[in-house]
Amino acid sequence: MSTPGLRYPSNRKSIYDRHLSRSKGAELSRASFAYLFVEMIGYAQRRVTGIADLEKRLNAQGYPIGLRLLDLLLYRTASSSSSSSSSLSASGPRPTRILPLLQFITTTLWRHLFGRPADALERSAASAQEYMVTDNEPLVNSYVSVPREMSSLNCAAFVAGIIEGVCDGAGFATQEVTAHWAGGQAEGTGGGGEGGAAAENMWPGRTIFLIRFKEEVVEREDMLEKAGR
Amino acid sequence: MSYYFAIVGTKDNPLFEHEFGTFRQGGDGIARFRDDARHMNQFVVHSSLDMVEELQWTTGQMYLKNIDRFHTSYISAFLTPTNIKFLLLTCPDPTSSTLLPTPVPTPSSTASTASLSRSTTASSITNTTAAAGSGSAYATSYNPTAPATEDAIKNFFMDVFDAFVKTSMSPFYALDRPITSPIFRARVAASAKKYL
Repeated sequence: MSTPGLRYPSNRKSIYDRHLSRSKGAELSRASFAYLFVEMIGYAQRRVTGIADLEKRLNAQGYPIGLRLLDLLLYRTASSSSSSSSSLSASGPRPTRILPLLQFITTTLWRHLFGRPADALERSAASAQEYMVTDNEPLVNSYVSVPREMSSLNCAAFVAGIIEGVCDGAGFATQEVTAHWAGGQAEGTGGGGEGGAAAENMWPGRTIFLIRFKEEVVEREDMLEKAGR
Repeated sequence: MSYYFAIVGTKDNPLFEHEFGTFRQGGDGIARFRDDARHMNQFVVHSSLDMVEELQWTTGQMYLKNIDRFHTSYISAFLTPTNIKFLLLTCPDPTSSTLLPTPVPTPSSTASTASLSRSTTASSITNTTAAAGSGSAYATSYNPTAPATEDAIKNFFMDVFDAFVKTSMSPFYALDRPITSPIFRARVAASAKKYL
């Protein structure tokens, strides 16, 4: 069946012949990821106007990964839950509320990407639309040393993009997901005296991912809450 | 038994369509929709999107089972985590005309006495029941909520979902774009043959 416009690889196997769960526990070499990530940052840095622009581009690189991982990881939970019931499958694998979605991100997604769950998940006291996911030492930043004049840059914006993709894909539209250094911008400019908290001294690379959902997402959440679902 | 399968994107845009018939009971896998009724499938499936959206946030299940019915056509739905909708229209007896809207008898005269209007409603009721009854033994024997039927459709959906995830993993595919891969179509056809 030779179809015009479609080229088969030499072994006649297309992506449809590959098994989706086979690479489940497979791990990638950290060195090769670091090399790839360096190239990605270099690519994103071309013709950018500033740090905000650069972070936006890193975010855009992560976004499609988030969309795909949402489908893939839930496919795996759905196909494995037929044999063993996980906590997610009690009400079905699709997250329909904010909390299950965030738990999916901090446990399932984080484990898949970094081999461990995220370190903290908090709700912002200031706004019902904002949630914070904390990672003490993001894997993506482990070989990144940010120059002094760009001290506010956090290359984990790439991971923020992945989170944004997951949220948007699941139907929880976000205004933005951003990555911030936990100690504020004090470290680069003045020696990091303002950080203060012990956790921040212990984890200099501590990064907070700020997730800001759109208003309608919170409204829907309230409506579902009232309906008792 | 004939089937019409459609994948609908997050913006209610069609991504993929496929028509097929059953292979069970000696079927040959060819859809027997009447040419003048074929376009109705798209309307019927599209109208059932409202039902999907009603269920979308109330359940976390991906398989939503039988969600809608239009005359003798039944619609089953499946939602992927990225909120792409898989819709399967099942028509036990596509050759009957019941898929087309039954002509509502118009009152022959405008004279509206109470007794006359009552008689016209009565006649319209008998008309529709007659039309539904003419849908042959197939239609009456088909039960969309039977466990065997539900499982078959679920397996079909899971198989298509598997192929869909593989499609979406491709770096050349973006969410909500139409699926043009001939291999994907072949996969859907194979799943249909296997389960439906």
